Amino acid sequence: MLKITDLHATVGDTEILKGLTLEVGAGEVHAIMGPNGAGKSTLSYVLGGRPGYEVTGGSVEFMGQDLLDMEPHERAATGLFLGFQYPVEIPGVSNVQFLREALNAQRAARGEEALSGGEFLKLAKEKAALLKLDMEMLKRQVNVGFSGGEKKRSEMVQMGILDPKFAVLDETDSGLDIDALRVVGDGINAIMRDPGKGVLLITHYQRLLDYVKPDKVHVLAKGRIVKSGGPELALQLESEGYEAVAV
Amino acid sequence: MAEAAILPTTKDEDWRYADGAFLAASDPAAINHWRILEVPAGETRSEHSYHNSGDESAGSVDRLRVHVGKGGCFEAYKIIAGGKYQRIEIEVTLEEGAHFEFGGVTLGGGDKVQEFVTCTKHAHPDATSNQVVRAVQWGQSTGNFLGRIEVARDAQKTDAAQNFRAILLEKGASANTKPELEIFADDVLCAHGAAIGQLDELASYYMAARGIPPEIARKLLIQAFIGDAFEAIGDEATRERMLEQALEQLDTEAV
Repeated sequence: MLKITDLHATVGDTEILKGLTLEVGAGEVHAIMGPNGAGKSTLSYVLGGRPGYEVTGGSVEFMGQDLLDMEPHERAATGLFLGFQYPVEIPGVSNVQFLREALNAQRAARGEEALSGGEFLKLAKEKAALLKLDMEMLKRQVNVGFSGGEKKRSEMVQMGILDPKFAVLDETDSGLDIDALRVVGDGINAIMRDPGKGVLLITHYQRLLDYVKPDKVHVLAKGRIVKSGGPELALQLESEGYEAVAV
Repeated sequence: MAEAAILPTTKDEDWRYADGAFLAASDPAAINHWRILEVPAGETRSEHSYHNSGDESAGSVDRLRVHVGKGGCFEAYKIIAGGKYQRIEIEVTLEEGAHFEFGGVTLGGGDKVQEFVTCTKHAHPDATSNQVVRAVQWGQSTGNFLGRIEVARDAQKTDAAQNFRAILLEKGASANTKPELEIFADDVLCAHGAAIGQLDELASYYMAARGIPPEIARKLLIQAFIGDAFEAIGDEATRERMLEQALEQLDTEAV
């Protein structure tokens, strides 16, 4: 589904990604782990097309299309979801309004009909319940006044409503307590564990991987994948550290 | 009649950001004309208006002098959209326990000059006032808010608030604000805030990452921004209508 080949990217004058190659097939969950400053978040932003992250070489193919050639909103409509490490607050815009606009914009881009207000609310209620998020939270302004954990759960509700083909989740586990971690893990499985979907989990720690079992684990260091393996690699990293295993 | 004979120029403090050419070409009597409104004690008067004299028009100056009786309330919600120079000026005198609520929005491009000028006179104790002005400017346009608050010596327990924020959508657009507080009483609350900035790029990107195209993202963000000025409108339908009118201007004119 997602094929990254020899990707180079810079932020400002600094090259962060230095020839990253990675392929995630349909039905697969891959985890990317790595030390601070390895380029994990840069990878997620480059995939999401965030301004300021410049691709200087390589290619990214997503569902048979050139991902790098698309605008950020077109990437979303094609089925890419980017879970933010730091979800953004939007004062004055309610979650319901934000998500309905987003879903209907994506549907319009795919030539599908818009969802009515009633249909949308039904869908939103269902996904909020899945993530154990109070429906009242969805009526509030986007992420404004939300705790760290609420922001992450709210992101997963967004993912449930938008129903993407592929999710890149950047440290979705940070800021979550143990109970919330389980809820979010179960949510990711319920929404994304599907033969036609794929997930790239970016994380520092093994703990999320207890709930969302990866098919493959990669170690990202100094802008490249330096080691790949099965789920056991994550356990080995956890006990021995990045330096001993991969750097 | 002496007042009517004099034309203001941009050398006058209250007209410093005005369109000088418009003033020079104006009829002094028209410029110096004030509408008068008397709000009886304990009663409320409201004005909701949308000012768009059209792009071909040189502009207009609308001046309103209001006296609010004891415990009365005057509320005004105004949008300035079209016209090369558009100025709305409100002078309010508040009796004991009276309230003045003002929500103003300027929206414009080209070389438009759009301004709100208020003078709030807290003449007696316990009066309150709240003013929220939002400016959205593009092209070479200018949005201004000059807000003067006068608190008289015996106007204790005055509570006056004033807030101005501007978003400049393009390089070349500008905004000016000049809060002016003259306070002679000692037991008062006077708050004012001002900020001029650009559209929140991170919020725009977050919206894009969820599939919202840039033009819709911008509209949502501007709607949220100018919504502050209409927040105090009690009737939801009226609030929605004001917002829609403002956003229509954005649709028809903005880049």
